[in-house]
Amino acid sequence: MPGNHLPGLVRACDTTGLPVCLDAQRFIRLHAVMAVVFLLIGGVAAILLGLTRWPAVHLLPADWYYRVLTLHGLNMLIFWILSLEIGILYFAGTTLLNSRLASTKLAWACFGLMGAGGALANVIVMIGKGDVLMTSYVPLMAHPLFYLAIILVAVGALIGVINYFATIYIARRDQTYEGSVPLVVFGATAAAIIAVFTLLHGAVVMVPTFLWSLGLVKTIDPGWYRLVWWGLGHASQQINVCAMVSVWYLLATLTTGAKPLNQAVCRAAFVFYILFINIASAHHLLVDPGVSATWKIWNTSYAMYLAVLASMIHGFTVPASVEVAMRRKGHDKGLFGWLAAAPWKNPGFSAFFLSLVIFGFGGGITGVTLGTQQINILAHNTLRIPGHFHMTVVGGTTLAFMGLCYYLVPLLFQREFHLRGLARVQPYLFAGGVTFMAMGMSFAGSYGVPRRHWDVDFTGATFPAGFDASAHLMLGVLGVGAVLSFLGLALFIGLTVAAVFTGRSNRGAPMAAW
Amino acid sequence: MSIDCPPPGWFRAPGGAERAWVGLALAWCVVMTIMMPFWHFRGKQNSTGESYAVTPAQFAERVGKFVDAHQVGEDEGWPVVEPPPGGDAYLQAQMWSWYPILKLRKGQTYRLHMSSMDLQHGFALLPLNMNFQVMPGYDHVLTITPTQTGEFQVICNEFCGIGHHLMTGKLLVE
Ligand code: HEM
Ligand SMILES: [Cu+2]
Ligand SMILES: [Cu+2]
Repeated sequence: MPGNHLPGLVRACDTTGLPVCLDAQRFIRLHAVMAVVFLLIGGVAAILLGLTRWPAVHLLPADWYYRVLTLHGLNMLIFWILSLEIGILYFAGTTLLNSRLASTKLAWACFGLMGAGGALANVIVMIGKGDVLMTSYVPLMAHPLFYLAIILVAVGALIGVINYFATIYIARRDQTYEGSVPLVVFGATAAAIIAVFTLLHGAVVMVPTFLWSLGLVKTIDPGWYRLVWWGLGHASQQINVCAMVSVWYLLATLTTGAKPLNQAVCRAAFVFYILFINIASAHHLLVDPGVSATWKIWNTSYAMYLAVLASMIHGFTVPASVEVAMRRKGHDKGLFGWLAAAPWKNPGFSAFFLSLVIFGFGGGITGVTLGTQQINILAHNTLRIPGHFHMTVVGGTTLAFMGLCYYLVPLLFQREFHLRGLARVQPYLFAGGVTFMAMGMSFAGSYGVPRRHWDVDFTGATFPAGFDASAHLMLGVLGVGAVLSFLGLALFIGLTVAAVFTGRSNRGAPMAAW
Repeated sequence: MSIDCPPPGWFRAPGGAERAWVGLALAWCVVMTIMMPFWHFRGKQNSTGESYAVTPAQFAERVGKFVDAHQVGEDEGWPVVEPPPGGDAYLQAQMWSWYPILKLRKGQTYRLHMSSMDLQHGFALLPLNMNFQVMPGYDHVLTITPTQTGEFQVICNEFCGIGHHLMTGKLLVE
């Protein structure tokens, strides 16, 4: 099929032969660089937090702990992930559909707004005008520019998503591909659709809050805020899941040549995410006043489990496709011979597979557990919650995105990694550290140790409170895990930055095989 | 491949192990879906979400009356208050304290009202580990029956400003 590229604005990939739209390539590079900058800020914050929650170290003073916690949540969960996701959308819409990027103007607007908003948020938090944590629960109030910064990032992301839909539209109109879109594009589209209603929730909650901080709106109801905020906060996690699963399929194909067994099943699972995830966000409100038990149960049972069903389906189809591909290559010994023979030294593969395991077993099981009404009473706002999401969004999404970067840099920056031995180790170090830390968090939380809390010994409080030695031990596990995962993260950033700026160019030749 | 357009005819029903897995997963999801309401009624340990609108001033007034009527002692200058069995108990969250100290009786049922004077707070009862959200504007009512005696700690587990970690209280059960 002929593409719709303008002359001189397309190249054939030297490794895969796929068409690369040069406009899209430029913006993917920009977004990847921006994402890694945010990851670096979030990472420095991460190690400071880890060393503060480790009681034997207790590094930061109270005000800086909450400030750095705000910084970490924003840079990691929103800015790093969202920036890279826009890059993934541009890639899926152009290269995989043999199309050009619909608009460079929109792409600049998206990049500019996200960059400006992200930078502004960081400045406001650093100067102490936004000590409200990422969730900014009202009536806790930050400087108006804090909310404005978030709105800028959200509008920027929305423009990026619109550009993606416009790209699909012109690809369809110009008939650059035949039949149905590839699975990875389907998954990316699911992410984009969820992104639209997520960002709309964001506007519904953030715009009035911004006006309130300016004194133009008198009050914001805290219960209403939580309801709508979690329409944003939870649904946005489903963007991450969709993007992550799409990256799993992509990396499975790139690293082992895997093919999905049944495209209809995989696609249906993506549709489940779109349909059910928004209502499932009620699990954040399970111990809230203002919403009835009936409403809580209705929304967290069927809706959540149908979204869980989708993840369980992908959790089967992705490794199954790898198994089939490996067996076809002759690695047919026993039940798990195919797994033993998998390319474990390829960081693209190991990051993808570890991400699958950590997300599926660690994140999935803790998530379903915490989302039940009964157990939520035990777990709400304890460290079990960050224990859960560091296995979904860190051990899962972030690790998968790291794996993606081991292909993105050679293929789209056309630069090779240095120190390839270290790159092979990096996913294991990060995965191990994150798992260790998340276990420390989860077990400490099961003793009731709160999240977002500077001093679990309550020094100076009117009435003494505190936790026993086993809880402190688990906080030590958290600390050691934080150090390990930080080393894994720093190694990733170091290798990626070195490759992008000083790596050997592979222009005109296939990328060096991992 | 997942990066190519699928060949025509890709839309087909799942077969073999894949079909079995989807069926199994679906069945499990149905079980979980039923368990949630089942355990809500069977376990009788969950909040019904009972709550009423209240302004901080109104709530403070009710707490004041409650303390005046039922105070039975003092601890570190804080009133110890024993609500009548079967009656209403009040707990006021404020930066950074839980007021007053409640004294309950084992096996008796109380309606515990909680609200905040300022920011959102998190009621966390230790070492039992029970957690509920407390917000300004909402009178959050929990119907509770203590089953253990002893001295329990109340801490705050929703970030409420720089003194968040100092926000502790006490609850006694005899
Ligand atoms: C080196 C890796 C990381 C380490 C060591 C780390 C460590 C931590 C620690 C210690 C906390 C504070 C928990 C508390 O005191 O309540 C935290 C919170 C959090 N982390 Fe991470 N983290 C890492 C990576 C990430 C990544 C990659 C993401 C997102 C993609 C992320 C998302 C979050 C979020 C959303 C919070 C909660 C913030 C809040 O409570 O407002 N983390 N992390
Ligand atoms: Cu508090
Ligand atoms: Cu607090």
